Amino acid sequence: MFKDQTAIVGIGQTEFSKNIDSTELNLACKAIKLALDDAGISPDQVDALGSFTYEETPEFEISRNLGFGNLHYWSQAPYGGGASCAAIGQVAMAIASGIANVGVVWRSRKRGDPSSRMWSHTEKEIFDHWKWSRPSGLVRPVDESSMIMRRYMFENDYSREDLSSVALNLRKYANKNVNALMYSKPLSFDDYMNARMISDPLCLYDNCLESDGAIAIVITKLSLAKTLSQQPAIIHAYSQGMSQEHSLMTDYHGDNPLHSSSYVTAKNLWNQSDFEPKDVDVAQFYDAFSPMIPLSLEAYNFCPSGEALKLISDGFISENGSLPVNTSGGSLSEVYLHGMNLVVEAVRQLRGSSSSQVRNAKLSLVTTCDATPNAAILLRGDI
Amino acid sequence: MIENIPIPGINDFDKIFWENCTKNIFSIQHCASCDEPRFPPRHMCPRCQSIEHIWKIVSGSGQLWSFVVPRPPLLPYFEKQSPYVVGLIQLDGYKNIRIIGRISNSDNTTQLDIDNLKIGSAVSINFHKINSDISIPFWYLDS
Repeated sequence: MFKDQTAIVGIGQTEFSKNIDSTELNLACKAIKLALDDAGISPDQVDALGSFTYEETPEFEISRNLGFGNLHYWSQAPYGGGASCAAIGQVAMAIASGIANVGVVWRSRKRGDPSSRMWSHTEKEIFDHWKWSRPSGLVRPVDESSMIMRRYMFENDYSREDLSSVALNLRKYANKNVNALMYSKPLSFDDYMNARMISDPLCLYDNCLESDGAIAIVITKLSLAKTLSQQPAIIHAYSQGMSQEHSLMTDYHGDNPLHSSSYVTAKNLWNQSDFEPKDVDVAQFYDAFSPMIPLSLEAYNFCPSGEALKLISDGFISENGSLPVNTSGGSLSEVYLHGMNLVVEAVRQLRGSSSSQVRNAKLSLVTTCDATPNAAILLRGDI
Repeated sequence: MIENIPIPGINDFDKIFWENCTKNIFSIQHCASCDEPRFPPRHMCPRCQSIEHIWKIVSGSGQLWSFVVPRPPLLPYFEKQSPYVVGLIQLDGYKNIRIIGRISNSDNTTQLDIDNLKIGSAVSINFHKINSDISIPFWYLDS
């Protein structure tokens, strides 16, 4: 019903920068047009849209600017970094079920200016779930992620030296990606160890970039995808996941806070799939903060609990490792666009056009935020 | 950005929790029907779906499950206090109740020896009075 019925056939991105002198709507329109051109699909064929609840550019403005056809489906996925694969999966479901034919998913965000930090808009009186953390000084997403990582490092006897390998690996990928914000900025072990702390034990380089830009993708049914010029990235499996006690950015109240909603997503994703973790050639794990990569490696069952940082230190996610991860530099070193850059990199890997190309990549996993209710997709290059 | 500490707004389902805090009493919401404890407080029991609940007074003692030391950039109120410690406290007597709170000394005035702070340390509760309606729980290391 869903498996292998749809594919990502177009990808588009604007420049990435700390400060682009343009509006989010302007950037969104540009990225979507580039994605449609990449796919070889006319805008008037688009009849489905998917975006983020955090997206500020409305569907009708996008449609009026791009000149879409009559729309038959649109949806928005919640929870910021947890949303990209959910928005994609929902549009793919609409197309697989015959409600729509061609879908666009986009994210446009001007997050380069520090005044756009969401936590900086904390209200003086808090009525939602954040009343249980922010008044005690646990204010930012990095603090919420750091709480989990200190416990993980304590239980498994890891140090900052071990954690450094995540940021250093991603920076090496970015240094090969001309479009990455950190393309010309190498990062050394000493740079990492001497960096200022943001939320101890996490330092500056454990945090994603603050950046402006837009990314869009085009999805259609496989029968149409096969008539287009680009190698389709076939959507093989998809799931969302939310465990019972998860809040927006904390999952502190379940049986094991180190096992987030990613475990829920992963279990159902592998159940939907004909493949196993060992079959995956390249993975893109959501990485607003570096701890999310080792935690996701474990959640998606690439290794036993507690072993991921050791594997990463030994080169597991590097270019010559068993599973290259975030091969465009990820959110830590390419751009921070709520993980949409990870999606287009997964597609590039299946097309053979990545700046850190994994040879003969046929199966590509994309996940979303380990700290929020989330989603994942498994893409395949042929069938 | 707000200059002062953000304060918890009071909802109908946690009103008694905050009233108790102003009296330096820590209480945990339990289902009145099946006795399932729940934190954070909420409208309905996730086990039996009853909306009737009671509040059980507990000591507030626990163990430090993990902690962080936030550094700038922060909200101005917290930036002035940085470096400070926020912990996740595993509450004694409950399997899955973990509560976020500041880790301080018992008088809430002096700086902690952060470098020697250990996960698993025993902690006790005290309350930081913000105004007549709100006192925020914090924890201190048992000596």
